[in-house]
Amino acid sequence: MADALLQVAGLSKRFGGIVASDAIDLDVVPGELHAVIGPNGAGKTTLIAQLTGQLHADSGTIRFAESDITKMPMYERSLIGLARSFQITSLFLDLTVLENVLLAVQAHAGHSFRFWSDARSDAALREPAMAALARVGLADRALQRASALSHGEHRQIELAMALAGKPRMLLLDEPMAGMGPDESARMVAMLRELKGGLTILLVEHDMEAVFALADRITVLVYGRVIASGRPEEIRANAEVRRAYLGEGDWERAHAR
Amino acid sequence: MSRSFTFRNGVIAALLLVLILLPAYVMLTGDRFLLTLFTRIVILAMAAVSLNLILGYGGMMSFGHAAYLGIGGYTAAILCFEGIQSGFVQWPAAIAVSALFALVVGALSLRTRGVYFIMITLAFAQMAYYLASGMARYGGDDGLAMESRSQFAGLLNLSNKTTFYYVCLALLFASLFLVWRMTNSRFGLVLQGVRSNETRMRAIGFPTFRYKLAAFVIAGVMCGLSGALIANHTDFVSPAMMFWTRSGDLMVMVVLGGMGTLFGPVFGALALLFLEQFLPAMISAMVRPFNPAGAAKAGEYWQIVLGPLLLIIVLFARGGIDGLLGTLSRHLPGSSERGHG
Repeated sequence: MADALLQVAGLSKRFGGIVASDAIDLDVVPGELHAVIGPNGAGKTTLIAQLTGQLHADSGTIRFAESDITKMPMYERSLIGLARSFQITSLFLDLTVLENVLLAVQAHAGHSFRFWSDARSDAALREPAMAALARVGLADRALQRASALSHGEHRQIELAMALAGKPRMLLLDEPMAGMGPDESARMVAMLRELKGGLTILLVEHDMEAVFALADRITVLVYGRVIASGRPEEIRANAEVRRAYLGEGDWERAHAR
Repeated sequence: MSRSFTFRNGVIAALLLVLILLPAYVMLTGDRFLLTLFTRIVILAMAAVSLNLILGYGGMMSFGHAAYLGIGGYTAAILCFEGIQSGFVQWPAAIAVSALFALVVGALSLRTRGVYFIMITLAFAQMAYYLASGMARYGGDDGLAMESRSQFAGLLNLSNKTTFYYVCLALLFASLFLVWRMTNSRFGLVLQGVRSNETRMRAIGFPTFRYKLAAFVIAGVMCGLSGALIANHTDFVSPAMMFWTRSGDLMVMVVLGGMGTLFGPVFGALALLFLEQFLPAMISAMVRPFNPAGAAKAGEYWQIVLGPLLLIIVLFARGGIDGLLGTLSRHLPGSSERGHG
């Protein structure tokens, strides 16, 4: 697809004898929410790690906004608009909620060799940070220490941090992981609001959420793409059914 | 920093006042020893403040910080030995050499973490120690006397103990002010982000290495300057000031006072040097009623008391002395300080 924002072609990664990514092709077009699903061990996290630059691929290319970013280091990818949220919450727990988001804004506000003026009262940082916190509904918790908030709220901070950098694309690595049903529902509602305005690649275990949100779905099994298409196509795909045979998630999501 | 008056802020204000007024007290009582002790406290407090910048705020476990004391001190003493007595040359030279050393050590060590980082910084400090021991021209193991204190073209006479004390105090205050501004700036926020979660910092777009290196060099420079002050204070430098136990002392000051707090290292330096000074006599006095003959000897074992004391602080008062004051602030009536580290 020529107009894809993110284009992955032939991406491969092996760890010893294990093929974690096996010639993965993936296109994400601007404005869509593209979900990547797959059973445990399918290589979803490896894929995300390669997209963010945490891992480097053995072969294949990653193009983002028409430029080759296959070998670009992690921090530069973030600066050109590829934001990620972590599967395992990875915040600055001993800093305040606001400081967490301030740092995310600051990362995109030029170099930080500014030694003198107070960063916390700097409107150029504070206003976008507060706006992002308001967007995820955490504005009133801004001055609390991040460690004092609940798991679900941590995911909201993650999202606020991803949004704070005004990214062109969000990589969400299991944003619903470890959430209760209420928190999940809130996250789904929040993602639905973000969708359309933002291109999102969503890696998620929660099938219900995936089928409720995704415009297109790619299914990974043993590091290989076995199907890619609209939700109803994926739902009807025999190979996907086989891959998920016996997995409770799948049955629950399609029992309705 | 909480603006309202709290117990903690009161103690800090009192401490600053004591530091400022000390020479007046010394003049009244004629207790010259107290001035010497406090000059030492102020100089080492400055070194601890510099270590706190990277250890407390940046989470960098540098275990070779005393190297900068030696490097700054030796730079001043060697220049003096070679006939250059101007402080306008000696002090900037001490700063420049420390900066260079920090740049090299930092560039090689800051890509590693944890134990490796500790070991590399320690190794460099030991290298500096052996280098100084090997410089036969400059006294080798025996050290090098500084024939005269740094000259400032008649503007300042550092041989005057009171003047020298105030110069040291002014530099300590300047360091505190600098660290205060820096830790609240964008740079400081990056530093604290790195301490908290460096992987995440890189993931959101910070090239963390260069910020850590900058902090490392700033801390080295600050400590190098306090090294030049020590050389002036004792009129003498020796390899011993760089020995790894000296680096340990600086770390103890930071941890004891409260890591990552502005005034913690000052409290820590004060507490450690006071204990070092008075604990032996206190132990002797306590032992004397039971064993008059062994009392003096018992005083030599003051570190046996210091060790557990430090252990208790680390185990039960994570925030060190500053944390303790903060806790008191919250529990004393009339205070309204919120949790703040």
